[in-house]
Amino acid sequence: MTDRTANPALPAGDPTPVAPVKDRNQWWDVWDQFRSHKGAMAGLIFLLGITLFCLIGPWLWGLDPAKLDIRNKDLRPIINALWGAENVSWAHPFGTDNLGRDIMAQTMQGGRISLAVGWTAMILAILIGTFVGVIAGYFPRLDGVLMRLTDLFLALPLLPLLLVMMLLFRDPLRAAFGPEQGIFILIVIGIGITSWMQTARIVRGDVLALKEREYVLAARSIGTPSRRVITRHLLPNVLSPIMVSATLGLATAIITESAISFLGLGFPPDYPTWGKLLADAVPRMVSFPERVVWPGLAISLTVLAVNYIGDGLRDALDPRIRGL
Amino acid sequence: MMLDDNSPLVRIRDLQMHFPIYSGLFRRQTGAVKAVDGVSFDIQRGETLGLVGESGCGKSTCGRAVLRLYDITGGSVEIDGVEISQTSQSDLRAMRPTMQMVFQDPQASLNPRMTVEAIIREPLDEHTSMSRDEKAAKVAELMDAVGLNRAFAKRYPHAFSGGQRQRIGIARALALNPKFIVCDEPIAALDVSIQAQVVNLLEDLQEQFGLTYLFISHDLSMVRHIANRIAVMYLGKVVELAPRGPLYDVPLHPYTRALLSAVPEPDPSKAQTRQRVVLQGDVPSPANPPQGCNFCTRCPAVMDVCKRIDPTFQEVEPGRFVACHLYENHASETEKAEAHANQQGS
Repeated sequence: MTDRTANPALPAGDPTPVAPVKDRNQWWDVWDQFRSHKGAMAGLIFLLGITLFCLIGPWLWGLDPAKLDIRNKDLRPIINALWGAENVSWAHPFGTDNLGRDIMAQTMQGGRISLAVGWTAMILAILIGTFVGVIAGYFPRLDGVLMRLTDLFLALPLLPLLLVMMLLFRDPLRAAFGPEQGIFILIVIGIGITSWMQTARIVRGDVLALKEREYVLAARSIGTPSRRVITRHLLPNVLSPIMVSATLGLATAIITESAISFLGLGFPPDYPTWGKLLADAVPRMVSFPERVVWPGLAISLTVLAVNYIGDGLRDALDPRIRGL
Repeated sequence: MMLDDNSPLVRIRDLQMHFPIYSGLFRRQTGAVKAVDGVSFDIQRGETLGLVGESGCGKSTCGRAVLRLYDITGGSVEIDGVEISQTSQSDLRAMRPTMQMVFQDPQASLNPRMTVEAIIREPLDEHTSMSRDEKAAKVAELMDAVGLNRAFAKRYPHAFSGGQRQRIGIARALALNPKFIVCDEPIAALDVSIQAQVVNLLEDLQEQFGLTYLFISHDLSMVRHIANRIAVMYLGKVVELAPRGPLYDVPLHPYTRALLSAVPEPDPSKAQTRQRVVLQGDVPSPANPPQGCNFCTRCPAVMDVCKRIDPTFQEVEPGRFVACHLYENHASETEKAEAHANQQGS
């Protein structure tokens, strides 16, 4: 690629025409770049796997996670058969808990809840955070108000707030949406509105810097209205920090949900989530370490997978890294 | 709004752009940076007005204020017969296609996440109701006009050289068939061979589309090449405005003389004999300009009156404007003589 020296204003006189690039959807380039990131691919495969495991698993496995089977209580995972453990059964490959409930079925059922809570709360938090951050960064007049609001939320202690929310809204929501659905909405909203502040601050900082860039001035000189300056020029360029806080947000949401469940404020006691499985298993962790390991592994691997996917997506969406 | 062709396309009168300074505990306004402080000029249709001056004198601010990218402090801006100095930004949107801008840094003025096609198409998206195909055809046409290979439409700005990026910026400015383009140091970030290409491209486009330019630069030789008339700015004010030939041959204002004497002379024999006017000191802060003439702190021909009274910007010869007490009638002959003597001595 060289600048042409001879009479640049003449049309279409390029002596070495480049073969026209075939009109390929740009998302294929994004996918190609994403595929080249090994961690992101591994993360994506794992995340798809665990999502399918949780969604289709209970249907295939068929065991009710809440069914008590006292005779088969405290079974060890099937892998223990390798070193000659007696109390194992192929009927319960992950083992059973102290009431004889199948741990695999519980992990599947718990994963459904934890993933749903994690994703929904994260998306809610990112939406609020990005909205507040962009508005605060772009409109100086609203900056003070919105950032003080952010500080206010940061200063709120999360658990007492959730406790009050539970007390105030649990019964009306349960009445309106049913016991599980009501608690789900409550927890998602609770986590969502208490974890958007970091995103808002990061996005505001980036928008403050980006809006002084010349291409934003260029857009204004074209006459692009503010809302389209934001969607066309600012949002794509703050995508990286948003992506990072989204991946972290998913992890935080899953963990916060476990903390709430642990405190007994979350879902009903017979309703498994990864966090609650973990919490239930802690007292007998020394005798039955696998009961902590299964949900713990599921939480940390999911979070890791999402982090890698976020990393890969961020690279894939950046044309400079994509090398186009 | 058809006006006869003799009327100037752009009429600037007493343009002021002050940026407030807030300080203290209560963030009260304690002063203002007078980036542009009372600038007046006309630009005729099809003409190129060069705007020169040293760094920080308010050239770029002036260019942006003319396009109303800022909310100006005062004065009047009339483009194509329409007064826009107080128009709200939303009402200005309809005027935007008439006036466009080419930016200094071609790297920073292109969104790294948009393809070249999307960048050039943005004005079309905003102001026309063309179909997708029509827009693509128009973009390809514009890329031809600025000498970019249309096969590169799907690439991103970082894949282009500085000169090519500036062409993308120019294509974007041309997309809406503007009448008036502010070129804000379009060549300052380019190397010399590319500078010539871009300037030639701008000249060709001017001929082709009948454009009017406000060409902001600190490169005096380039301005001499492209501009018909030249305005010299110092500390937020135009000190001299004259057609190209007379300005370079007989600069009137002491600042213009100093500026021109800093241009390297290619002929070695002439270079040896010529006298350089080297200015002492620094440019005063535009937040706290000196009393009287802005240039009085550094002027080699300074007189007493300069420190008291701000000179008026007046026409001294047909088409030549200058703001200097040396050319004002009330300056006494003795003072003038004294000043000349001082200048010779320095």
